[in-house]
Amino acid sequence: MTSSRIGRRTVLTLLVAAPTLTVAGNLLDTPTADAVLPSLPAPADILDLGDVLILAGTPTAHMLVLRVDPDGTATLRLPRAEVGQGITTAAAMLVAEELDLPVERVRVELDDARPELLFNQLTGSSNTIRSVYGPIRNAAALARARLLAAAAARLRVPTGALTTRAGVITATDGRAARYGDLAAAAADPKLFVGLVTPKPERDFTVVGTPTSRIDARAMVTGKQRYTLDLDVPGALPTMVRRAPTINGTVRSVDNEAVVRAMPGVLALAVIPTGVAVVAETFGQALDAKEALAVTWNGGTVDDESDDTITAKLRAAAPGFGGPPLLGRAVDAEFDFAFVSHAPMETNSAVADVRADRAEVWAGLKSPINAQEGIAKALGLPVDKVTVHVTQGGGSFGRRLFADAALEAALVSRAVGRPVKLMWSRVDDMRHGRARAASHHKIRAVHALGNVVSFEHRVAGVETDFGHGVGDAITAEAAQLPVAGGLVFAQVVFLTTIKSPYNLGLTGQSLTEVPLKMHTGSWRSVYSANTRGAEEIVVDELARSMGRDPVAFRREFLKTDRQRAVLAKAATEGQWGRAMPAGFAQGIAFHEEYKSCVVYLVELDARDPADPRVVRATIAVDTGRVINPRGLESQLLGALTDGISTTLRAGLHIDRGLPLEGSYSQFHYARQKDSPTDVRIFTMPTTGTPGGAGELGVPAAVGAIANAYARATGRKPRRFPLNFPVDFDPFPR
Amino acid sequence: MPQHTFTVNGKTVTVEAPADLPTLWALRDKLGVTGPKYGCGIDVCKACTSHLDGEAFNPCVTPVSEVAGRSVTTIEGLADGELLHPVQQAWLEQDVAQCGYCQPGQIMAAVALLRRTPTPTDADIDAIENVCRCGSYFRVRQAIKRAAELMRGA
Repeated sequence: MTSSRIGRRTVLTLLVAAPTLTVAGNLLDTPTADAVLPSLPAPADILDLGDVLILAGTPTAHMLVLRVDPDGTATLRLPRAEVGQGITTAAAMLVAEELDLPVERVRVELDDARPELLFNQLTGSSNTIRSVYGPIRNAAALARARLLAAAAARLRVPTGALTTRAGVITATDGRAARYGDLAAAAADPKLFVGLVTPKPERDFTVVGTPTSRIDARAMVTGKQRYTLDLDVPGALPTMVRRAPTINGTVRSVDNEAVVRAMPGVLALAVIPTGVAVVAETFGQALDAKEALAVTWNGGTVDDESDDTITAKLRAAAPGFGGPPLLGRAVDAEFDFAFVSHAPMETNSAVADVRADRAEVWAGLKSPINAQEGIAKALGLPVDKVTVHVTQGGGSFGRRLFADAALEAALVSRAVGRPVKLMWSRVDDMRHGRARAASHHKIRAVHALGNVVSFEHRVAGVETDFGHGVGDAITAEAAQLPVAGGLVFAQVVFLTTIKSPYNLGLTGQSLTEVPLKMHTGSWRSVYSANTRGAEEIVVDELARSMGRDPVAFRREFLKTDRQRAVLAKAATEGQWGRAMPAGFAQGIAFHEEYKSCVVYLVELDARDPADPRVVRATIAVDTGRVINPRGLESQLLGALTDGISTTLRAGLHIDRGLPLEGSYSQFHYARQKDSPTDVRIFTMPTTGTPGGAGELGVPAAVGAIANAYARATGRKPRRFPLNFPVDFDPFPR
Repeated sequence: MPQHTFTVNGKTVTVEAPADLPTLWALRDKLGVTGPKYGCGIDVCKACTSHLDGEAFNPCVTPVSEVAGRSVTTIEGLADGELLHPVQQAWLEQDVAQCGYCQPGQIMAAVALLRRTPTPTDADIDAIENVCRCGSYFRVRQAIKRAAELMRGA
C-alpha cells in the first residue's frame, strides 16, 4: 500500500492484490460414446500457452496500480496493449463491478514498460482477460474495502452499516460520503481492513452486460490519439528507404547532396535497415526517400521465391508412405501462403534519444522486451530508457515486435533530434512481418465405421518468437509437465495445437524451415492453418464414411460442452437447409484457451473465382464473458480474417521480396466481401474467462473452405484459394 | 514557398507548402488536424477520407493547391459541438470501432453516401471501399442503416 501526492491532490493508490490463479482443467469432462476410439489428451489439453504465460506472470500479478482520485474517478494502469481488442473496456468493467462505480468513471491507461513486472507485461495468446480477471477484481475489491473503512471512521458507524452505490457510500441513517472525498483517508496506511474478497460472480451487474467501448466516442470524433498523432515537442516526420530485398543493407548513397537539397529535407542518416530521411512533413520525407539513389548489398533470401519455399516446406514434412495396412486413408496436403499482418496503422514510433537517456512512444505488446532491446542498441542502462505504450491501430500479432521503436531510436540518435517515424504501406507489407508460409500433410484412417488414427505433419517457415514470449516460456519450461527441453516454437505449437475430437491415435508435429525472413505470430499463430486444415479433413473424413459433417462432429467431439456449441450453431444457422445452385453451407469447430466456437457460413460460389460469404452464424462458449459486445467484435473480426486469408489475401514472394505493397494488391476483405447477415450466439456464462481474441480464426477458415468444397466440388488445397498476381507490382 | 488559404472545419487557415504537397500532410503536419489517417498514400485504403465542399475526397492524393479557396471538413468538424452527427451516433449505438484507426474515414464515407443516397441498399453500402483491417464491416453496414433511420427521424 502506498499513498502519494500528485500536485495538491491526495489520492488512494493501490499496489496490493493477491493473485488468483486457476489452471482450469476441463479436459475429458464427459466420457464419450463407446463407439468412438478415444484420443489421449494432447499437451495443450493439459496446459495451454495462456496457462504458461499466466504462470510466468503470477509472481507479479499483484503489481497492478489502481488509483481513486478526489474527483471520484478511478484509474487503472493496465500493463497490456490496447490495439482494438477491447481490453481497456473489459478492464474498466471489472473495476466498476468491484468498486460499485459507473463504468464512465473508470479510466484505463496503458502502463509504460515496467521491467519489475518481468513476464507480466506481454499482450498475446488471447491472454489478457484470462490473466487480469482475478488481479483486477482483487485490486478493486481492496480499494472498495479501504474506502468503506475510511467512511466508517468518518461517519462513526461499523462498515456493516454502510452500502456502496455509484461511487457513494451511504449509512443506514442516510448520511453519505463520496469516494472522492474519502480518497485521502482511504490511503492512510494505519487504516485497518480485514480479509478482502471480490464479490461472488452471481452478484455481477456490470460484468456480462453488453457495454460499448470506453474509447468509442474518441474514435468517432477523431480525438483518439495514435502514435503519430502525439504532439512530442520537436519530433519530426521521418521515413526510411529500404532495400529491394528482405534484409538488404546500404552499400552507398549515391545522390546524398541532391536529396539533402530537396524542399523540406532536414536530415539524412544511414541505419542498419536503410536510409532515414527527416523532413518538415511526411509528404516531403516520402518524396525524398523515393528520390534517393542507393546501391544495396544483397539480403538474406534473395534466391527465394514462392516455388523454392514451397518445395522446401513440402520436403520438410515427411510423407506417410503407402496405404495403411488396415482401413481406408483420407489423405490431404495443403499449402498456405505468407500473410501480412497489415494493421491499418503502419509500423510507427516516436523517439527522443539524448546522450544519456531515451524516451520512446509506440504501440507495443511486449514493452519490456522493447526497452531492453533499445537500451542494448543505444548502449544505455535499461533504466535510462523510458518506453510509453500508445494505443495501436490494429496489431494481429504485429506489435509484439518493437521494430519501429528500435529503428526510431537509432534514427533519433543518428540525427540528434526527436523523430516521428512512419513506415510506408509498401514497406509495411514488403519489409514488415508476416505469418509464415506452411505446408501440411494429413492422414486420417477409418475402419469399420470408426476413425483409427489422425496424423498431421506441419512444416512452416520459422516463426520469430524473439519478442519476449520465449523468455516467459523459458522461465516456466522446467515446470512444464509435457514440453520441457523443447525450443520455443515447439512449445508454442504443443501448447496451442490439439484436436477436439476422438479420432483414435492422434498426432500433430511441427518442422520449421529456417529462412531469414521477417515473420511473427499472426492472430491464432499456428492454429489458423493447422486447425483450419484439420477441419477440412474432418469434412472429407465424414464424406468418406458417409456421414453428414455436423452428425460426424457431434459423434466424434470429446465433450458435451463442445457438442452444445455445435448444436447451437447448427440449429440457429439452419444447417442442411436447401441452398440454390452454386451456394453451400460450411461448418467448422475450434477449441483453444478454454473456449470453443463453431462457425457456420453460407457461401455464394456461383463464380468460384470470386466467392462471397453471404451469411454467418457463430456460436461460442468462452466460459465467463466480461463484455458480450466485445466478444462479438472479436468473433466478427475473426470471421473477416477467415474470409480474407481463405479466399484472396496473401503475399507472393518473388526473389527475396513480397510483391504486394498495398491493399489494392494484398486483398484483405472489403465491405463488398463481407456478409450482410451475421448472428452470434453466446452460451450461458459460467466459471472463469477463456481466451477469445484468436479463437474464431481457425473455425472461420475451416467453415469457409468447407463451404467452398461443397459449393464447387473442388477440394480446397492451396490458400488463399484465389491468388493470381492481378496487379503491377510497385518498383523495388 | 507558395501559400494556400482554405477553410478547415469552418475555420480559415493558410499554409505555406509546396503546391504538390498532399493535403493530408498539410492537415496533419502543418495544421495539427490528425483525424484523417495515413494508411496507403495512394487512395486505396481510404483511411483519410474527408469532405471537400461537402463531397468525399481523399487528401492523401489531393495536392494542397487544389483545396485553396475551398472548404475541407474532417472528422473533427462533423459534430456540432458536443452534438454528434447521426452517423457518429449510430456508430456509438452499434459499437462499430475496434482499433478505431479507419473509423474517421469510414464515417466520413458513410456521411457522403447518405447525403447522396438517404436510403442506401446493401449494394450501395458494398460500394464503400474503405478498408477495416479489424473486419468490423458488418457493424459498419448496420450503423449506416441505423444512421439512415436517424436521419429520417425514425
